[in-house]
Amino acid sequence: MTTRKILLGNEAIAIGLVESACTMATSYPGTPASEVLGTLVQIKKEEGLPLHLEWSINEKVAFEVALANSFAGRRSAAIMKQVGLNVAADPLMSAAYTGVKGGFVLVVADDPGPHSSQTEQDSRLLGMMAKVPVLDPSSPMEARDMLPQGFALSERFEIPVMFRPTTRVCHARQDMEMKPLSPAHSIAQFEKNPARWAATPKFRLVLHGQLNGKLAEIAEEPSLAPKLLNPGISTPPHGSRLCIVASGVVLAHAMEIMRDLGLWEKIPVYQVTMPFPLSPKFRDSILAQYDKVLVLEESYPVMELQFQNREKVQGRTTGTVPSAGELLPERVEDILRTFAQLPPAPRVEPPTFPGRRPTLCAGCPHRASFYAIRKAFPKGIYPSDIGCYTLGVNLGAVDTVLCMGASISQAAGFYHAYRSVPQEEAPAICATIGDSTFFHAGIPALINAVVQGARFVLTILDNSTTAMTGHQPTPGFGSTLDGTPVPQLSIPELVKACGVGFVEVEDPYKLDAFTDLLKKADLHTRSEGGGVAVVIARRPCIMDRNQRGSWVRQEMAVNEKCKACGLCVKQFECPALQSQGEKEPVRIDPALCTGCGVCRFVCPHGALEAVSSTP
Amino acid sequence: MQQIIVSGVGGQGVLFITKLLAETALEQGYSVLISETHGMAQRGGNVISHLKIADGGSVEGMSSPLVRPGKADVLLALHPDAVKAHGFYLKPDGTVISNVPDSEGKHSLNASRIAEDLGAPIAANLVLLGFAVGSGALFCGAEQLEGTLRRLGGKRLELSLKAFRAGAGEALKSRD
Ligand code: SF4
Ligand code: SF4
Repeated sequence: MTTRKILLGNEAIAIGLVESACTMATSYPGTPASEVLGTLVQIKKEEGLPLHLEWSINEKVAFEVALANSFAGRRSAAIMKQVGLNVAADPLMSAAYTGVKGGFVLVVADDPGPHSSQTEQDSRLLGMMAKVPVLDPSSPMEARDMLPQGFALSERFEIPVMFRPTTRVCHARQDMEMKPLSPAHSIAQFEKNPARWAATPKFRLVLHGQLNGKLAEIAEEPSLAPKLLNPGISTPPHGSRLCIVASGVVLAHAMEIMRDLGLWEKIPVYQVTMPFPLSPKFRDSILAQYDKVLVLEESYPVMELQFQNREKVQGRTTGTVPSAGELLPERVEDILRTFAQLPPAPRVEPPTFPGRRPTLCAGCPHRASFYAIRKAFPKGIYPSDIGCYTLGVNLGAVDTVLCMGASISQAAGFYHAYRSVPQEEAPAICATIGDSTFFHAGIPALINAVVQGARFVLTILDNSTTAMTGHQPTPGFGSTLDGTPVPQLSIPELVKACGVGFVEVEDPYKLDAFTDLLKKADLHTRSEGGGVAVVIARRPCIMDRNQRGSWVRQEMAVNEKCKACGLCVKQFECPALQSQGEKEPVRIDPALCTGCGVCRFVCPHGALEAVSSTP
Repeated sequence: MQQIIVSGVGGQGVLFITKLLAETALEQGYSVLISETHGMAQRGGNVISHLKIADGGSVEGMSSPLVRPGKADVLLALHPDAVKAHGFYLKPDGTVISNVPDSEGKHSLNASRIAEDLGAPIAANLVLLGFAVGSGALFCGAEQLEGTLRRLGGKRLELSLKAFRAGAGEALKSRD
């Protein structure tokens, strides 16, 4: 009997990788890609598969580790989100030239919207720049089925293949048939070939020529040719001949809407599963057969640019398709109606309701750290970084968020910018970075700051996990995903080794002591012979099930001293503290309060008190 | 085909409710397509799930994981904000089942209070789900949904079942 299961897109991708006989997968967590490796870890445990899986320190490292496995003839995957590929762009560009041996698939998840990213960038365009083929699935089921094809293509042409789902594929769920999984066996066999694997510029030119040859052949690969989904439509006797060329989840939206509007029987729709390289034969035949071609894709005009035709082809370059924001089905409907010359849809306007802004969890140690930073440096500059703690922006303690690791380099940049200002007038600079982000990209930035003579306070928010993306382990964890013990890296030792003279660890739940420590750190930055001062705010993430029971739970109560000033609600913003109206005392929601007890230090009137504590 | 929106704030169990509905649908031979919120918004922001249920094997007419505005048959509003935030997904004759402090009309309920009274404030979502299925708003019956809850319920199953049944009971009351 076959069983059907409802799978998350990322779970379907994980299963697709196993079904492709992939022997290694490496990743750095990032929404919307995080669940792929997490699922692989689970499958490996349940099925006892001989896979090497790792949460690498960053995406560049993940790419390179998996690539070497492919050089040794074994199928491999590197998994990341789109901005992670920026970090791994260096090996990608080079690997396109060297090519691969065992099938190599780069899974990179884009986030049109953006829902959980700093940009809406289209990785397919980076694939185009690197000159590697790109596959673009439109549903979880298709994603799973497309992966074996991707590996086969990669192996046949010895080329890295990019596999690019988007948020609406990664975080969609769909029911599909399950098959028994079987382990992949493949023996490592690295064949030396310095002219290829270690090519000098002279040989790189040769490799580039070979790459171009591969791409030309791949573009016309029959198994990946664009498909007409609704054949049998006759040419209209008069008027223009229309067609639609689409890829990814926008195609899925368009199909449903076209059936709804009665357009499915009228306008031919072509699905492109490989948007780059777009087949020149396909392009020419489309341009010969039709007068108007609507291109639907996310999020940048990748197929559209390859059409190289401004008269017939409509999309982002002609303003027919909006150039920013997710192509939600309602937007796709508007575009389709205009293209097919139908009357506009009756508008259902979304409300102007601002929505609730995300906030740090009740009892989150970051909230205490940020509150202390504001208190210690009321006029400071606060460069910050990527993670849950980006939400410190709500508390007014985050001024800049650029990309992974930038908090430290930007703190250094701000220091140099204010260097000519007299010391008393120069603002305090206090950067914040999480432990996982520090390992990912913070270390080179810290070394640079130290050797360039910068002075600022760096607070490393060490909750001993990668919280935002679902609590993946960091190099401070001390064991691999298999449970094999490995050295547990110490952040204080690393910081010292980077040349920092002031390194201290404190628990941010001890708000007063922590605030004093920040002030002491600032004095170090201003003292003779001082430099960068690092304060490590160490307290496990409250939501991390792997590290529980490390604090004394305070039973909190609001006493009669509450003046209903609302300071704790507005400036501390713990979700468990709720205002009950203007003259009413605040309330502590027992369902949300974790008993961290930090609000005791926040209320200036002593109205929030611990009535008892349980370890 | 039934199109359902489940809306709430991060931490309320929107994903769990969606899962219960989807697994029940699958059990009954339907096909499902879902879109979920992950990432930043899960930290206390507005969270929404889109759930489409269609006859088994019929991908015809169902390919997009998202519900369009004005097309949802049912909106399960786990939080008082949810109607304001996501009410526009509902079709004109669609049903809103909402968790509000002061229940008005037969489709709203103070599920949070009922859950608190049961000693399980976290189970307000299940109270509301029980209420929704009890009022006949969903594609399935209460027994089928309860069966799924039993299968997936986890550690606090007894409390969860209590909450679910309390909600279903409220629906019967408001029907009479
Ligand atoms: S608890 Fe303290 S800070 Fe909060 S409203 Fe009452 S008096 Fe103000
Ligand atoms: S003790 Fe205070 S700060 Fe901590 S979770 Fe409870 S209300 Fe929030």
